[in-house]
Amino acid sequence: MREMNWFKYSSPQTFYPLAGKMVPWFMGTAAVLGLVGLYIAFFAAPTDFQQGDAYRIIFIHVPAAWMSMFIYMVMAFWAGIGLAFNTRLSSMMAHALAPTGALMTFIALWTGAFWGRPTWGAWWVWDARLTSELILLFLYLGYLSLVAAIDDRRRADKASAVLALVGAINVPIIYFSVKWWNTLHQGSSISMTRAPSMASIMVAGMLVMVFAFWAYSIAAALLRVRCEIQDRERGAAWIKDLRKS
Amino acid sequence: MGGSPGAACRAVTERDLLIAARRRSDVLTTFFFFVIVVSLFPLGVGPQPDTLRQIAPGVVWVAALLAAMLSLARMFGADYADGTLEQLVLTPQPLTLLVLAKILAHWLTTGLPLVLIAPLLGLQFDLPGNALATLLWSLLIGTPALSLIGAVGAALTLGVRGGGALTALLVLPLYVPVLVFGAGAVTASATGMGAAGHLSLLAAMSLAALVFAPWAAAMALRISLE
Repeated sequence: MREMNWFKYSSPQTFYPLAGKMVPWFMGTAAVLGLVGLYIAFFAAPTDFQQGDAYRIIFIHVPAAWMSMFIYMVMAFWAGIGLAFNTRLSSMMAHALAPTGALMTFIALWTGAFWGRPTWGAWWVWDARLTSELILLFLYLGYLSLVAAIDDRRRADKASAVLALVGAINVPIIYFSVKWWNTLHQGSSISMTRAPSMASIMVAGMLVMVFAFWAYSIAAALLRVRCEIQDRERGAAWIKDLRKS
Repeated sequence: MGGSPGAACRAVTERDLLIAARRRSDVLTTFFFFVIVVSLFPLGVGPQPDTLRQIAPGVVWVAALLAAMLSLARMFGADYADGTLEQLVLTPQPLTLLVLAKILAHWLTTGLPLVLIAPLLGLQFDLPGNALATLLWSLLIGTPALSLIGAVGAALTLGVRGGGALTALLVLPLYVPVLVFGAGAVTASATGMGAAGHLSLLAAMSLAALVFAPWAAAMALRISLE
């Protein structure tokens, strides 16, 4: 049996065409699942008897909130791999994920505000989850600004990796501190946790939307990593060959 | 720099303290920044004692966060500019310990003065006696964490464009837990709930930062000096 080369796609040269082939598939999946999910969200799912039609925003809100946290962990993972093994592609992947993660955090906050207005009567409350999501957005912004501020690419990779790892350790600490802060202060008069008995069609719609967001995030990150590879490897012979053909 | 790591650390701390003593204006700027920021709040929100008593813990702690953050550029900046930092990295002593020594000097010159003046500022906000004591304790336990976490941010942004504002962006979100429990301790004590839990958590955070931050900062320094 021939030994499989696990590291074949860890080189930008081999990963670039692979990413190019995967992007349309993930984009297509995201579009199809998104349409199905939105159909379920707007037409198939019944109106909630407590919250009316306002609840329908959770079909966007919940997947975005999940992705925002998950992408930070994936980003920190790739940043850590890049730092430990000095692999260029891992650091590029971490950089490519950050803007999508920041976007997801922003969407989660924005849709949360739209949901909060009719449901809680306020655009913003200092609820533990909202606050930690806001701080997560700040962490993303800090990461992106650090990457942008350092001209030397290798140094930017490593410095941002340290920041991403420190941030990843801090995310749970921040979450719990904010949670205790809120409960110690005023007691949660408004809880984000609704009755768990959601209609199964709602759960299905949400899951479809979650997969759509997954597919979109992967596609966006791959697209961005391709740009990053083109930019960084512009002096490399294989990129020049690619341009000619 | 030969000898034991302990002697090297002492030398680093003593040198930084000596520099601070010779250049007192640097230390005093941070100190007065803290005092002025705290004094601005009554002017902004009005002089009603009830309101002031309520906002005092948050105001003092936020001002301490900002003051600690403003002074971070000084921690490695001058040594980076004149090449001392490179020599420190090249010494046979573990860089983590040397960084810890520098953080200690930073805390002694910026954190400790804030701790000592804070009860006086608390009096201006009409805080009761037990809350004043808790304010002192919470700052004493919490400000080392600010210097420790800040060291990582300062090391990452060495010689980077827009250093100061960037450091704020990196470090302030990481300060959130310290702020929550520091100010929370004072509020709890002022409302008679007892601050022991908050102070314990604050101490836990400072200890965790003591273990991880010098190591992360040393790694960041090596990256910045490559």
